[in-house]
Amino acid sequence: MRAASDTLSATFSALADPTRRAILSRLAEGAASVKELSAPFEMSGPAVSKHLRVLERAGLVQRGREAQWRPRTLDAAPLKAVAEWAGEFRRFWDASYARLDVYLQQIQAEENPDDQRN
Amino acid sequence: MISGTRTGVTTYATPSDREIVVTRVVDAPRRVVFEAFTNPKHVPNWLTGPEGWTMPVCEIDLRPGGTWRYVYRKDDGSEMTMQGSYREVVPPARLVSTESWGPEWPETVNTMVLTEAGGLTTITITVSYPTRAARDAALETGMKDGMDQSFARLDTLMETVV
Repeated sequence: MRAASDTLSATFSALADPTRRAILSRLAEGAASVKELSAPFEMSGPAVSKHLRVLERAGLVQRGREAQWRPRTLDAAPLKAVAEWAGEFRRFWDASYARLDVYLQQIQAEENPDDQRN
Repeated sequence: MISGTRTGVTTYATPSDREIVVTRVVDAPRRVVFEAFTNPKHVPNWLTGPEGWTMPVCEIDLRPGGTWRYVYRKDDGSEMTMQGSYREVVPPARLVSTESWGPEWPETVNTMVLTEAGGLTTITITVSYPTRAARDAALETGMKDGMDQSFARLDTLMETVV
C-alpha cells in the first residue's frame, strides 16, 4: 500500500490539522495523558484519542505501556524529514531551477547540432 | 506582464493573501521549457529540490482532467508523493494544475505561464493556496507573527530537533 510506505506524506497529513499540531506542541513539553491532552480543547476524550491515533500511525506519538494512565510521548524523528520540506518552498525551487538551467542547455545541445535524435 | 530579464535568479512575491508567485528567466525557447516541465522523460532530471532527493516515479497524463503523480525519495529512504490533475493544457504557453501532498493536506492550484522574448523564457508560476495560513506555512512567513501559534511552536521544536 502506497500510503503505508509514504512516511513523509503520512507525517504531512498528520500535521495538516491544527488540533494535532497543538497536541504535538503540548507533548513537546513532556508526556501527557489523554485527559491532560483533552483539557485545552473543547473536545471529548474519544475525539482527542482519534487525533492521537492519527499521530501514532504517523510515528509522531508513542503510547506508554508502563503506567496505568498510559502517557503519550512525542517522537520527533519524522519531523526531521518534514522540516526539509515544510517551509522549504524557496529552497525547493532555487535548487530545482539551478538544475533546470544546466538541463535546458543539455537538451538543446542534443536537439540542435545535426537535428539528430535517438 | 513585464518581468526581469536576468537569468539565474528566482524571485518570489505574494500578490494576495493566498498566493505565491515564483518567477524565473531561463535561456531556452518556451517550447523546450514546456517540455522540461511536462515530459516524464525530463521532469525527474531536474525537479527534485534539495540535494539528496530523487524522483523514482513520474507519471504524467498531459490533458485536461489527466492526472500527474511524482514520488520523491530521499537518500535515507523516506518518500513523499505529490499528485494532482491538469485543468488547462495549452502548450507551450500555459499549464494549470492542482497539487496535493496527501488527502488532508490543502490542495493548491498552480498556474504556469511561459512567455518568450529574445530567446529567453520567463517562467511564472502562481501557487494558489486555500487559506493564508497554508500559504504562510509553505513560505515560512507569518508563523513568527503568532498567526498560528501552535505551528510556530512546532517550528521551534523542529529547529531544536534538526
